[in-house]
Amino acid sequence: MTEKKFVEVTAYYDSEGNISPLVIHWGDGSEYEIDKITDIRKAASLKSGGAGIRYTCRIKGQMRYLFLDDKRWFIEKIG
Amino acid sequence: MRNILHSDCNSFYASVECLYRPEIRDKPVAVGGDPENRHGVILTKNEIAKRFGIKTGQTTWQAKQLCPELMVIPPNFSLYKRFSDMTREIYLEYTSKVEPFGLDEAWLDVTGCVPNDKTGMATAREISNKIKNELGITVSIGVSYNKIFAKLGSDYKKPDAITEINRSNFKDIVWPLPVGDLLYVGKATRRKLSGIGVHTIGELANTPRGVLTDIFGKWGDILYTFSNGYDSSPVSEYTENSDVKSVGNSTTAPKDLTSEQDVDIVMNVLCDSVSRRMRESGLKGRTVSISVRDCNLFSFTRQRKLDEFTNITSEITRAAIRLFRDSYDWSHSIRSVGVSVSDLTSDTTAQQISFFEDPNKNIKLEKLDLAIDGLKNRFGTFAVCPAIMLIDKKLSGFDPIQEHTIHPVGFFK
Repeated sequence: MTEKKFVEVTAYYDSEGNISPLVIHWGDGSEYEIDKITDIRKAASLKSGGAGIRYTCRIKGQMRYLFLDDKRWFIEKIG
Repeated sequence: MRNILHSDCNSFYASVECLYRPEIRDKPVAVGGDPENRHGVILTKNEIAKRFGIKTGQTTWQAKQLCPELMVIPPNFSLYKRFSDMTREIYLEYTSKVEPFGLDEAWLDVTGCVPNDKTGMATAREISNKIKNELGITVSIGVSYNKIFAKLGSDYKKPDAITEINRSNFKDIVWPLPVGDLLYVGKATRRKLSGIGVHTIGELANTPRGVLTDIFGKWGDILYTFSNGYDSSPVSEYTENSDVKSVGNSTTAPKDLTSEQDVDIVMNVLCDSVSRRMRESGLKGRTVSISVRDCNLFSFTRQRKLDEFTNITSEITRAAIRLFRDSYDWSHSIRSVGVSVSDLTSDTTAQQISFFEDPNKNIKLEKLDLAIDGLKNRFGTFAVCPAIMLIDKKLSGFDPIQEHTIHPVGFFK
């Protein structure tokens, strides 16, 4: 994956309004369950271009940055 | 001693655009209006475009002549507003005294808000890093003991820099600067100062106060205060409505305005928008200001205080047109015109009824405006208009309410 990719996300909203992404829907039918979120912070993505809340996610043993930019979710490109 | 910061987002609109489009970051980029409508004026440019001599306020075609490969991106104000709000959220983590100056600048008074051992410089560094990491854009910050020097500090070194101006170094940093760098010293003031041999801020500071007040009146006092670092104006507490010190609209006309009738048409459109927006926000205002820029890009502003607070379209239009007639000599044709109303109050504030005027007249006019607003909300801005706007539909055919322009705010409230 080299480009910024907007994705569909299934997320959990708690009663405080906190949002935790659970599953990433890749668009080709495949789904990736997020095993663990290790960090949540406000951050900019210089690589992919955007800013918002950055979730550091462990998915199938790999770390990925998932961003919530305003209302849209994207995965930061690698490399 | 106060600890005041002035933070200025570098090339704000262009930086946000470059953040979102990594592929254009190493190219000359400007954000500008729609060239088709001749609204094609450069609003901001990035550092690379700056090197080509691209300046804010240039028309797009002038800029393209200087730099044919310049990328001109149409503005996305809702995105900039979002980033502006995010910078303010960061500022508010440090102090409640945050006074925005437009979307991209703000003063912060951090006196006593941070632990004693932390200096203004350390706070500035923290804020600068936070904005870089969280928003992906850079700021220049000036740190000083008054708002004027803090602002000069943020202008002193760009981009992504912090400059401290204190009592022991201000004579070295501030005083050699050209006097035009001082807030509100425009072309006219600079010319007058040049006439008495004052070219730098230091020379201004060392001019006897009396000489300045003889030439400039009350304004001379302010110049003296600013240049010597005596300004003691406070940084206001932040409120959600901090932006609303005035309601205004301006436009670059689709063709240069060459007659009073042309100006009347444009003024009618602008004043209609301004007064409607005031009514929507439940505001009335007492000071009407106009800004005029001629085809040589020379610009000036004039303002006049009305007898009563108003948001009646016809009153504001009449005041703006009269102010224009009184202040322009038609030495050149006009490129852009703006109208704003300040000195605002809530429209529910009780009003003194004038002794000579029929109080029912205003009530009638307010009812008329209300009826017209209803029609425009249902059928669009052009549903009803004064007949003068039909004379030249090209001039009157823009809708400031829909096009939503963002307006600079004043230092003096």
